[in-house]
Amino acid sequence: MSTRTANPMWSALASAFRTNKTSWVGFVMIVLIILAALLAPVLAPADPIEQDILRKLEPPSAESILGTDSFGRDILSRILYGARISLVVGLASILIASLIGGALGVIAGYVGGRVDRLIMGAMDVMLAFPTLLLGLMIVAMIGPSLQNLIIAIALTEIAPFARIARAPTLLLREREFIEAGRALGFSDLRLMFVHILPNIVSDLVVMGTLWMAQAIRTEASLSFIGLGVPPPTATWGSMVREGFEHILDAPWLAVLPSLAILLTVIALNMLGDGLRDAIDPKLRRE
Amino acid sequence: MSLLSVSGLTTEFRTDAGWRAAVRDVDLEVGANETLAIVGESGSGKSVTALSILRLLPEAGARIAGGSCLFEGRDLAHLDETAMQAIRGARIGMVFQEPMTALNPTMTIGNQIGEVLVRHRGMPRAEARAETLRLLERVRLPSPARRIDDYPHQFSGGMRQRVVIAMAIACRPALLLADEPTTALDVTIQAQILRLLKELQRENGMGMIFITHNLGVVAQIADRVAVMYAGRIVESAPVDEIFARPLHPYTRGLLQAMPRHDRMQDLEPIPGAVPSIRETIVGCAFAPRCPLRIARCVEAPPLDAVGENHAVRCWVAAEKVPA
Amino acid sequence: MSDGLTVSGLSKTFVSGGGLLGGPEQRVRAVDDVSFAVEEQGSLGLVGESGCGKSTAARCVLRLIEPDAGAIHYADIDIAKAGRHELVRIRRRIQIVFQDPYSSLNPRRTIRQTLTEPLRVHGVCAGREADERAGQMLSEVGLSRDVLNRYPHEFSGGQRQRVGIARALMLEPSFVVADEPVSALDVSVQAQVLRLLADLRDRRRLGFLFISHDLGVIRHFCKQVAVMYLGRIVEQGPVEELFREPLHPYTRLLLDSSPVPDPAARRDLSEETGEVPSASNPPPGCAFHPRCPHAMPVCREIRPATTSPAPNRLVACHLYG
Repeated sequence: MSTRTANPMWSALASAFRTNKTSWVGFVMIVLIILAALLAPVLAPADPIEQDILRKLEPPSAESILGTDSFGRDILSRILYGARISLVVGLASILIASLIGGALGVIAGYVGGRVDRLIMGAMDVMLAFPTLLLGLMIVAMIGPSLQNLIIAIALTEIAPFARIARAPTLLLREREFIEAGRALGFSDLRLMFVHILPNIVSDLVVMGTLWMAQAIRTEASLSFIGLGVPPPTATWGSMVREGFEHILDAPWLAVLPSLAILLTVIALNMLGDGLRDAIDPKLRRE
Repeated sequence: MSLLSVSGLTTEFRTDAGWRAAVRDVDLEVGANETLAIVGESGSGKSVTALSILRLLPEAGARIAGGSCLFEGRDLAHLDETAMQAIRGARIGMVFQEPMTALNPTMTIGNQIGEVLVRHRGMPRAEARAETLRLLERVRLPSPARRIDDYPHQFSGGMRQRVVIAMAIACRPALLLADEPTTALDVTIQAQILRLLKELQRENGMGMIFITHNLGVVAQIADRVAVMYAGRIVESAPVDEIFARPLHPYTRGLLQAMPRHDRMQDLEPIPGAVPSIRETIVGCAFAPRCPLRIARCVEAPPLDAVGENHAVRCWVAAEKVPA
Repeated sequence: MSDGLTVSGLSKTFVSGGGLLGGPEQRVRAVDDVSFAVEEQGSLGLVGESGCGKSTAARCVLRLIEPDAGAIHYADIDIAKAGRHELVRIRRRIQIVFQDPYSSLNPRRTIRQTLTEPLRVHGVCAGREADERAGQMLSEVGLSRDVLNRYPHEFSGGQRQRVGIARALMLEPSFVVADEPVSALDVSVQAQVLRLLADLRDRRRLGFLFISHDLGVIRHFCKQVAVMYLGRIVEQGPVEELFREPLHPYTRLLLDSSPVPDPAARRDLSEETGEVPSASNPPPGCAFHPRCPHAMPVCREIRPATTSPAPNRLVACHLYG
């Protein structure tokens, strides 16, 4: 009988949780946030876009736990639904960015020479722009919508993923198993994406967690300046902006969604840092 | 009177299964002018023995769990770090496999050797430089006056090892501890370094502990040999004796497994593999791989004297040769 | 054309640096006009110290490194001129075993994936049949079939090397290039792997190009040997004869420097024999002359031609010119 043994990457991730309390806390927080977003229709006490002008700017009370905004919409409900936007934008943009950036980095590192200089040169140009500015330019060009927001944020984060993927590719390329693959007649594409890529997925996962926090911040910032998902859809960024107009008379309007952003970003950073600490020494040793 | 006398040395490492011994109950004696070779494969505990004597093991993950190392009237196993620092590099010289670990890449070789002389021998700078030059000449570094201000990376592996040797003998140590000093070098360079070490030993009357996995090198340089397996000494004898009359089945196995270039012989591999440090060893550690295994091997055999200076840790071998 | 492997005039120069910011250009003649032949089912040892070009020469034979010049033939195939399509054919006939068992297996792939992948890529078979072949191969190299689902990190160095050998044999090649296949292993395990390679050679009628720095290993495994120094073959011939009676002074130095496990055979090398010169700036004439006890004025100027002073022996030295 053959026994299935653990894939070394997953066992590294599992031991990250076992040995690192911070990443465990971050993981639990993220799971809770995701659950809250998924269960928003069940958890939300009210419709997030239904206005009730008579009940506008109410402070937290038994009726609406976190109060209402200037259109009388329930803030708790809006935060719960807003989590969906933030998470979808964060996750989708990171998936796109890591796929494209990871592939570009592997190609640059594996092929080397002129291709490497061309790809990494382009990445350096992209890195030279502040993320927010780049996102702003792209959204301004293609217009604000959920889909465009995701594309814009993904584009701003390709470069860091390309860098993260290229460095280990340069090392792996020199390993004898790649040479063995060439001797066995494997194509370059197979060597890059079947042999090298799985060896750097854990680096990309760690990076993805950290950059997802960045993506959520970018989304909030773009929404804050009115270039996010158009109203009346609830997003954390647009809630902060709307709340800002009443920062003196109803501070909870801006503070509560800000807190939601803060918590999510902190949770992702805790998770990512913990994963990185756990994975780095283990995988480098091999 | 021996220079270094190790007895009952036991060193343990922290593993995920708790503290496990990497070196068990090791006894060693080295006299002035004498070369003791410790030979074994990876995981035999030969390097850990050397690092234990020098107290260079990481404190968090390793500990000396028992035994003593008497050297010039003091027990190294119980000295504090300050006292050890005065001994390391001064009374005991060290040469390791990878010369770059012993050299500071940002300092010229002249300054590094000079610093040893200033610190341990209290020489004024100018005198230290003259002595450094003399040492580099002695280890036959080509054109030392021109190269004394070069950095380590500007030398080949063999030349770097010469520089490390110059540093190791700078304070005229009583004992030289060499851990696989020629393993990273090509054979023609290895032969030169072995010869140099022999010469220096003769000149200074040093005792030398030479750690290696290579039986050929042992035959070249050793006066006495200790064979280690799974943390224990399994056989010890003078060099001629151990090659002419190897008794422990592991020693015999090693000799039969080593292909020689000077004659054709049938290779006889030792089956199986060295036990890992995590395994709990009951009885003789070599028994699972041993062709002579008997029922009694579930008990741990003692290191029995079987002749003049010849001792073997094996029930079967010790019985065949009455003491 | 003979049936085995013939290499003639093989050369490879590596260029580094140069260009706008690359610093001074360095040219290293790693392999310089190297010729040798391995008979069908024969085994040639390529021996030399680090940097002598033996690994580069071996990789050129497989076109893992593109040679600059030279002809390489194996059976009916012109390897040096082979196009993309023909190279794939060559991959099924000639395989390679590497030195480092830790770097030669992909840590993310199971033994099953490692062994069946060549079969799938070459369209030999897949699925259950491929698994069956992988299992058979594992038992042939002395491992249990049960390990198919394991990852390399669960194995010792010797076991990994067996997996590496199994992978090389999956496509049923007729010739194997072995690049220091036992150098990273402990003595007791080294003998196990050497014996395995010899068994496989006999059972599968394999030809071998066997690269090693260890004269003992070469003597044990090979019938013929070629000694390399600074990119060139300085001497070749039958192993027994060549080790008993070396002709080239470098071969003699190599033999004298290689220790044997016998204290009675202690040698005291009376001469200082110098360092290996840099391959980027080799000495003119015979590259060995600065270290040679027999160096003559001609050695400093003229590169010695290869001559045959005795049957089956070739040497590149002015002593035999």
